[in-house]
Amino acid sequence: MIVSVASGKGGTGKTTVTASLASVWDGPVHAVDLDVEEPNLHLFLNPVIAGAEKAHMPVPVVEEALCTHCGACSDLCQFKAISDLKTLVLTFPEMCHGCGGCMAICPEKAISRGTRELGEISWGVSGKVHFLMGRLRVGEAMSPPLMRHVKAMLGRMLDAKGGDAIIDAPPGVSCPAVNAVMDSDVILLVTEPTPFGFYDFELAWRAFTPFNRPMGAVINRAGLGNDAVLRFCSDKGIPILASIPYDRAIAEAYSQGRIIAETSPELRETFVALKGEIQALARQAGRKEAAHA
Amino acid sequence: MSKIAVTSEGPSLDDLVDPRFGRAAGFLVVDLDTMKTEYIDNGQTQVMAQGAGIQATELVARAGVSWVLSGYVGPKAFQALSAAGINVGQNLEGMTVRQAVERFKAGGVESAQAPNREAGR
Ligand code: SF4
Ligand code: SF4
Repeated sequence: MIVSVASGKGGTGKTTVTASLASVWDGPVHAVDLDVEEPNLHLFLNPVIAGAEKAHMPVPVVEEALCTHCGACSDLCQFKAISDLKTLVLTFPEMCHGCGGCMAICPEKAISRGTRELGEISWGVSGKVHFLMGRLRVGEAMSPPLMRHVKAMLGRMLDAKGGDAIIDAPPGVSCPAVNAVMDSDVILLVTEPTPFGFYDFELAWRAFTPFNRPMGAVINRAGLGNDAVLRFCSDKGIPILASIPYDRAIAEAYSQGRIIAETSPELRETFVALKGEIQALARQAGRKEAAHA
Repeated sequence: MSKIAVTSEGPSLDDLVDPRFGRAAGFLVVDLDTMKTEYIDNGQTQVMAQGAGIQATELVARAGVSWVLSGYVGPKAFQALSAAGINVGQNLEGMTVRQAVERFKAGGVESAQAPNREAGR
């Protein structure tokens, strides 16, 4: 099972929920930081890093001597990452999406594969939790290509070691966030019961609903603000899987980069219960799918 | 024969200079010797999500011009125009295409050394 932990905006406690959930999970579990623009799950899990590698994407390199300026590459590329200006062909590797189309279409075989570095993938262990993260290269504009590399690596780790994965997804509802949650079995939406929290929660719920995955809410800093989120959840039938109270001790633990599930027996219970709720949600969805099949 | 392209809101010399380059309505290509004009519509480029400046550069490069006169040119377009050996005259908004061409002919337009617009605008 793959669980992704998402939120409509940053700062709702998504990462601390991911870390705590991983710490109480039973059986082999992989904690994955897919928030590649600002990865911070490692700050909570303090993993021992076992390895790292750079991830790349193919970008075009043009051999001018072979080029007849037919314009085919230029007409094909909808991103204008390659442009035939009749006297020369210009490439903008940072705008390339790596589809390989221009290389395939060039009648003169004048375009070869160069590479653009996307960032770094690293992995390790934190206690019994397997850890995996991606970190985008400074200056790299696109997250999804690196995220796909991280997900492919996760696929290999799951094949080799089995178990479940808990993904810390990028905040928001744009392409990277969608890319992170779209192939998970359960989506957790972490939010705060404040007007801003509600606004972003609703956006996220609308953005992820089309993927037809079981979704549940985790209310962080419960007791703050108002009950708009709660009313929305009951209207739309979104289960509230856990409520984490607004509490000074928790805020302090969080600011020290500690796993909040490890700060008190009550909180540990909250996360153990959350784990049970997630597993029940996944089973329920599985049964529904089987019934429809 | 020397040709220049002016970003234009319409197909005649009396239309206003379009201040935008990549997302200009069109380009009026003017033959400086004969003052004959040819209009290139840029409507397809205007709606592109990205790369409008580069697409526009392709259009004017194919028309064989040595200069582009416009209002603002962004960094990608500037890079592409420079690479194609096309000079850029900026800050020519707020006048007709004819006035811009007259100013150019009178030597009142300098070849810009840097783009005058930020990326992504
Ligand atoms: S690989 Fe695809 S996106 Fe990149 S320049 Fe070629 S056609 Fe464009
Ligand atoms: S497709 Fe190949 S030959 Fe045609 S313009 Fe592009 S690089 Fe040159």
